Amino acid sequence: MTNAIQLEGIEKRFGPVQANRGAGLQVAHGEIHALVGENGAGKSTLMRILAGLHAPDAGSMLVNGRDVTGWATSEAIAAGVGMVHQHFMLVPTLTVAENVVLGSEITKGLVLDRGAAERAVRELGKRTGLVVPPDRLVSELSVGEAQRVEILKTLYRGAKILILDEPTAVLSPPEVRELWAVLRSLRAEGGTVVLITHKLDEVIDVSDAITVMRQGATVTRMASAGATPQSIARAMVGRDVALALDAEYAGSTISGASATAPLLDVRNLTVSGTRRGNIVDNVSFSIAPGEILGIAGVEGNGQTELIEALSGLREARGLISLAGRDLIGDTVRERGDAGLSHIPEDRHERGLVLDYSIAENLILGQQHKFTSGPTIDGARVLAHARDLIARYDIRPPDPARAARALSGGNQQKIVVAREMARDFKVLLASQPTRGVDVGAIEFIHARLREARDQGKAVLLVSADLAEVLALADRVAVMYGGRFVAVLPRAEASPDVLGPYMTGAEHAA
Amino acid sequence: MSRRAAIEEAVLPPLVALLLAAVVGDLLILSFGQSPGAVFQLLLEGTWGNAYGFGQVLYKATTLVFTGLAVGLGLRAGLFNIGAESQLAAGGFCAALIGILLPAGIPALLCLPIYVLAAALGGGIVGAVPGVLKARFGAHEVIVTIMLNFIVLALLNYLTSAKIHVPDTLHTPELKSGALPRLGDAFAPFHGSAANSTILLAIVTAVALGWYLFRTRRGFELRAVGLQPHAAEYAGVNVAGVTWRALAVSGAIAGLGGLNYVLGYKHYYEEGFATGAGFLGIAVALVGRSHPVGIVLAALLFATLSQGGLAVNALVPKQMVDVLQAVVILAVSTSVPEVRRLLRGARRSNDS
Amino acid sequence: MSALNFLSQTLRIAVPYLLAAAGGVLSERAGLIGLTLEGYMLGGAFCAAAGSYAAGAAGMGAVAPWLGVLAAVLGGAALSMLYAASAIRFKADQIVVGIAVNLLAVGLTRFFLRLFFDSSSNSPRVPGFDVKGSGTGFVSLAHNPLVWIGVIMTPLVAWLLYRTPFGLRIRAVGEHPAAAASVGVPVVKVRYMAVALSGMIAGLGGAYLSLDQHQFTDGMTAGRGFIALAAIIFGRWNPLLAGLACLLFASAETLQIQLQGTQMIPSQFVEMIPYVLTIIALAGLVGRASAPAALGKTTTE
Repeated sequence: MTNAIQLEGIEKRFGPVQANRGAGLQVAHGEIHALVGENGAGKSTLMRILAGLHAPDAGSMLVNGRDVTGWATSEAIAAGVGMVHQHFMLVPTLTVAENVVLGSEITKGLVLDRGAAERAVRELGKRTGLVVPPDRLVSELSVGEAQRVEILKTLYRGAKILILDEPTAVLSPPEVRELWAVLRSLRAEGGTVVLITHKLDEVIDVSDAITVMRQGATVTRMASAGATPQSIARAMVGRDVALALDAEYAGSTISGASATAPLLDVRNLTVSGTRRGNIVDNVSFSIAPGEILGIAGVEGNGQTELIEALSGLREARGLISLAGRDLIGDTVRERGDAGLSHIPEDRHERGLVLDYSIAENLILGQQHKFTSGPTIDGARVLAHARDLIARYDIRPPDPARAARALSGGNQQKIVVAREMARDFKVLLASQPTRGVDVGAIEFIHARLREARDQGKAVLLVSADLAEVLALADRVAVMYGGRFVAVLPRAEASPDVLGPYMTGAEHAA
Repeated sequence: MSRRAAIEEAVLPPLVALLLAAVVGDLLILSFGQSPGAVFQLLLEGTWGNAYGFGQVLYKATTLVFTGLAVGLGLRAGLFNIGAESQLAAGGFCAALIGILLPAGIPALLCLPIYVLAAALGGGIVGAVPGVLKARFGAHEVIVTIMLNFIVLALLNYLTSAKIHVPDTLHTPELKSGALPRLGDAFAPFHGSAANSTILLAIVTAVALGWYLFRTRRGFELRAVGLQPHAAEYAGVNVAGVTWRALAVSGAIAGLGGLNYVLGYKHYYEEGFATGAGFLGIAVALVGRSHPVGIVLAALLFATLSQGGLAVNALVPKQMVDVLQAVVILAVSTSVPEVRRLLRGARRSNDS
Repeated sequence: MSALNFLSQTLRIAVPYLLAAAGGVLSERAGLIGLTLEGYMLGGAFCAAAGSYAAGAAGMGAVAPWLGVLAAVLGGAALSMLYAASAIRFKADQIVVGIAVNLLAVGLTRFFLRLFFDSSSNSPRVPGFDVKGSGTGFVSLAHNPLVWIGVIMTPLVAWLLYRTPFGLRIRAVGEHPAAAASVGVPVVKVRYMAVALSGMIAGLGGAYLSLDQHQFTDGMTAGRGFIALAAIIFGRWNPLLAGLACLLFASAETLQIQLQGTQMIPSQFVEMIPYVLTIIALAGLVGRASAPAALGKTTTE
């Protein structure tokens, strides 16, 4: 019997980023199949290709034995392939029924047949367990209900193959259980489900088979029976980590550092969320001089908000003490002047003004330090730029060149150079090597270690577990807005951290 | 991007736009049975070809420099000030009020700072309202400034017509001291034209704005807010503060434009004295790429068109110019992104 | 002054607002700012006068004003297509091209006023809909089909927006175009159609003005398009509420006209009412006025 889905040798490149390299996927009919992997492993891209949102650069796609390589969304929908996106594609001002029928409306003469649409939603709901009041506005729904509407949309269009991108990321545990029940009932009706997810223990529970992706390629396919979170986590993070551990600088021990007073001391830091409680929930930690604290964890567990709260970009409650000075209530600038340096997670959005020159970007956030009277001292800015361009090997070495025109690695070097060149005691480094080339990664890692060796405190957030393990003296795992584990580097390994990262295990 | 490519992207799109406008102008002229060559020649002769015409161009350009700078400053901060029309009127009105209060015989140089302050305050308050509403409540500045135009113009109309107009006219009494000399007083050929020394104030304002935007720390921060508000926030800039201050200063600059008429030309406030100059300021800022030098040049272009309309009225209706001004804006706003896309596309296909 | 008289006067003032606002709601709900309503109306007013005049001169009698109406619809549609193409196809800023389209409408009507009628202020008298001897008040209004069209346009647009598949798509496109596109809704096409309709309907509002006065005068819309825009915002982008806002604004004007002799309230303050109310609505001081989420954002997609 042919597979429901048979993808082979899929290649996809977006600009400089190779999202898929020879990825493959085999899913049998009537199977719930989990697709797992770290952020950036290429899972979503592969599924968007399957749903017709992207065309692959190379490779072949078979659905129910038919060659469908590079088809369009409408063809995928017609062939019964539906995708539920991670970011919901729902119109909040329309009702549930309106969202479901949008684009394939039922009419009675010229007019929308609301009754029929609502009946269709109710009947589908009864059959599958996806119960949502059809006349409610989507903006009034909970996240779980909104997700049911997304699934209803695909089923209404006759989907037999359902792709779900990170469906559980936004759900509470009871909602997750309901979703599993729905997926099982779909399977019972002969439906096929592909599930992109991080929650490994639950995956084993619900799925029939698991495919693991890493760095754009498919690493392994296994039956869910017999798999453990540890074995999956190992496949996700891979041998690379183990190799990195042996080769990388071992890091200084924390025994000496812990004796001195911490440079950064955070107590009961809380950031309120909108819908589901606190985004950062009562987090406490401290970092000693000469120490790197690495935060590991799946993205979206409060890391971004933690860093924003520390840097003053987001309101928070609690205590943030930098070398004894309380920072809560201080502005971004005051915190910077107090000795806080910050490499932000998104250099295009925050870290750089892309249309400003390299020289101007090298003073961003410190512009008040480069003034004479009301004006900015151009000569000093230029001298500063020439110095940093040389020391950080920023290319091309032209201070007047717009940051927009530089490669990702060189753009990030501007940010790193600027934040390391200022007079700081504590460095917040968020995803410092995301989207940069290998050479730049090594360079940036060396600079972070240098800061540590000079007695600064470094808080490193990275979605790349290998990076955290390579740099940190202590490793904290963030899950659901909390620190679920804080371990000395020597005790941290992918096997140990994996269950914490996926929420399978909670420590005090 | 190489320097040459940058220059191409800055210069080529406006040129394409002007070319497009010229083609539309030709069509309009032909529809009236005239020769485009003859009309454009007459247009040039009537504006840059003689001192009086040139003086009128300078007079009109002066007001447009102010409104263009006002809109340009807003755009640099990522804000669209459609309210220059009423800010200009409010500035002129406040100056005229001061003119009624000041006794006769005070030297112009002593009065000038007071007038400047009054005009800037008048326009600045009108500009600050949408600024504060945006910074505090997130009300979109475009709609608020449009609505404020009507409100302020109605209010000024009420104050003038019900309270302080000269009987049987729609204007306020003439100011007694502080009138600025006309260019015709110093250079005889300009005689009769409305060009006056407010033009110096316009140039000073343009230079000052250029200095503020591109040399000072506040300007650095303002432009960062306009380009990438999140990056500005990261750089410790108070984005809400920049927002309302930028709109207030923008309004103040537009308000200064009122002096050109009140101090330099008629010496009183009259209803509708600058109708359209606020909206043309948007065109000026757009064509001038929100840069003071570009704004001065664009103000001259639009003033030439507007004065040129009168010069060619014998051959084709001067209303042709209204159409051309609209076509210039339309052509610039559509062709700039389009030509830039084409340029980048061509460059990319050359690379690969 | 009878109540009936007051109502008929209010309706006479409200008709162009009702038409422009009804058209504008369609455009705004599809994501295109209705800054251009003023221009559509002015263009419509001129085309109606020119069409009716030409047809009247050709001896077409009672059909003449209808040809004027047709011309107004086409004129409004032409201006709206220019706006839509600039904002959608060429990704120009909606506000900038919106202002340009308004200026263009002013310029073109002035130019053609000179070209066709050799006047810089007004057209000659053109045939309208009114019947001799019908007097004023409701009787005269009832003879004008544009009044009827104006009155039914608001519920018609509400029906289109809330009861038909096309309306559903307009609402989806203006709120979350990516979601609409993901289920196969042709976003660009829906937007063009909504804007074309808005130009046609607002053009009718202009036709009402010039045919009612039997001539086109320069700048005769006098900001009515912006009052309609204010009504849309004050009515929170709901066509029925926007229609009510139009009636409210028109009744304030009627009141002002009737109080004119008494000097109780300066007319200028009555003029301000729609604009002040709109600013208050925008600042969220009376409940939250939430615009379609994708309004003004045709450049970023």
